[in-house]
Amino acid sequence: MFVAATFAFVLLHFAPGDAYSSIGGGMTDEIRATLRAQRGYDLPLARQYVRWLLALASGDWGWSTSQQRWVSDVIAEAIPRTLVLMSLALCASLALGMGIGAWQGARAERHVAARDTADRAVSVVTLFVYSMPQFWLALALMFCGVRWFGLPSGGAVDDLHDRLSAADRLVDRLRHLLLPWLSLTLAGAALFTRFQRSAMRDAIREPFVRAARAKGSRERDIRFQAWRTALSPVITIAGLFFPALLGGAVFVEIVYAWPGIGSAVLKGVDYRDYDLVAAVVVIGSAMTAAGSFLADLTRELVDPRNRLEHS
Amino acid sequence: MTSEVTLSRQRTLNAPATLLPMLLIVALAGIAIAAPVLAPYAPNTPLDIVASKSLPPSRIHWFGTDNISRDVFSRVLFGARVSLSVAAASVALSLAVGTSVGAVAAFAGGVWDAVLMRTIDVLLSIPRVLLLLAISAIAAPLPLVALIALIGLTGWFDVARLVRGEVQSLLTRDFILAARASGVRDSRLLRKHIVPHLLPTLAVSATLGIASTIALEAGLSYLGLGVQNPTASWGSIIQLGKGLIDTQWWLTLFPGLAALTAVLACNALGDALRDHYAP
Repeated sequence: MFVAATFAFVLLHFAPGDAYSSIGGGMTDEIRATLRAQRGYDLPLARQYVRWLLALASGDWGWSTSQQRWVSDVIAEAIPRTLVLMSLALCASLALGMGIGAWQGARAERHVAARDTADRAVSVVTLFVYSMPQFWLALALMFCGVRWFGLPSGGAVDDLHDRLSAADRLVDRLRHLLLPWLSLTLAGAALFTRFQRSAMRDAIREPFVRAARAKGSRERDIRFQAWRTALSPVITIAGLFFPALLGGAVFVEIVYAWPGIGSAVLKGVDYRDYDLVAAVVVIGSAMTAAGSFLADLTRELVDPRNRLEHS
Repeated sequence: MTSEVTLSRQRTLNAPATLLPMLLIVALAGIAIAAPVLAPYAPNTPLDIVASKSLPPSRIHWFGTDNISRDVFSRVLFGARVSLSVAAASVALSLAVGTSVGAVAAFAGGVWDAVLMRTIDVLLSIPRVLLLLAISAIAAPLPLVALIALIGLTGWFDVARLVRGEVQSLLTRDFILAARASGVRDSRLLRKHIVPHLLPTLAVSATLGIASTIALEAGLSYLGLGVQNPTASWGSIIQLGKGLIDTQWWLTLFPGLAALTAVLACNALGDALRDHYAP
């Protein structure tokens, strides 16, 4: 049964192509309808939709009315910036979350009766950060960063970027990256810490930990083994929360005017740029599918019990 | 049996982890209801566009005033009404749709179940924020009711998944089999035996859902795609401070703190309830 469940899960995420294209389609039915009125298209909706899908499949994403160039150009420029921001933030928040959460989980288990103070304090902090609306957290960090550390408040590069020396350019990019990255990282770390803590607590209660203790293994080795077990639910969560993380990135990009897909889509919304918005929705879904596939893959790597068996 | 249930219920209610956030939520709801009495000024009328424009917090205007001289404190109080009721109403909608779909999928089984669940998987793979942005590209500015419907109708997917799993496991339990064997009809079975067992799951899901919806509404309104000014919601107040955070920080700080308090209280309550029902 376990194998079957794993199989269904993997299979599901192996077939994203069908999934998100039909979604993009559901979306585009409406988008197309308005577009038809705008451009005088009078084909039936279904044919419009098929045409759009075919065009999409052949790499034609349409024309962006807000930026007056091909949607594919807009996307090609925006996606790498979003990916840089998101992947850096994801790595940092996973590392932080796994570290702090595991430490907390181990403490929480050891001090079950006494209610460990450090564990509780950290829990309160993570609950706070987790509860902040993400755009507001970004705004708060912007306020502090700009006021007290003189960091730039938005954009990816300085106005004078092209005139800087190579080394200064790198510094300039990093300075612009710092605040948006920190906003995303803090929010993500709070999320992962919460899940890692409870996963770690559960893992330490498992029989194999008692067995290892009875055998006289070193506490450090026991912790490590328990932590490995506790990783798998956290990675699942990372996959499940990928759409939320992407949504958070959209908000953070908009707050910091980071020129990724979030900023592009907001501009598209303002201009009713349907082709661009539709493209971003499709790409966002594709990224989600890729994210959950990646999560599945990683999960199988860290925990052999999740591996697909050919039975 | 009964005493055991009452005891555990009392323990939940008395634990500070439950009691504190609950009090906070009641207080916030009370503030929202009593806003017309508590607010020192009318939320939407400019006081004096020349003399009281963009004032920092002071003893007269606790949270300052905005760019057209409206009292921010009064707007935050009235904003609580809009923000909290939008969140509560759309989560209620999500729960209703999600529970129905989940229960139908679990009851019907077979093809229906497979079709519904695959559809939900697909729908879940679209990032919700992008979906909402896309819809508002077509339909903005949305009236309040449409906004509630939109947030509610994009939030039921994981509720449906949760309920389906729960109902499926309930259907294999002995008391359900016994009820079925004694000829209880499906509708009664659902009402009397299944729904009561779903309540803990739904309660947790509702509180956590309200928390995330308050944040979502604030975000959308901040982008100018949710609640529209002059109607005050926490997000739409922050929207007026967009780009002005360095000079008029009070437009961002106070409504944000209000939203944070509400989200925090709901998350804390949700955590406490979940720990209680499924430790």
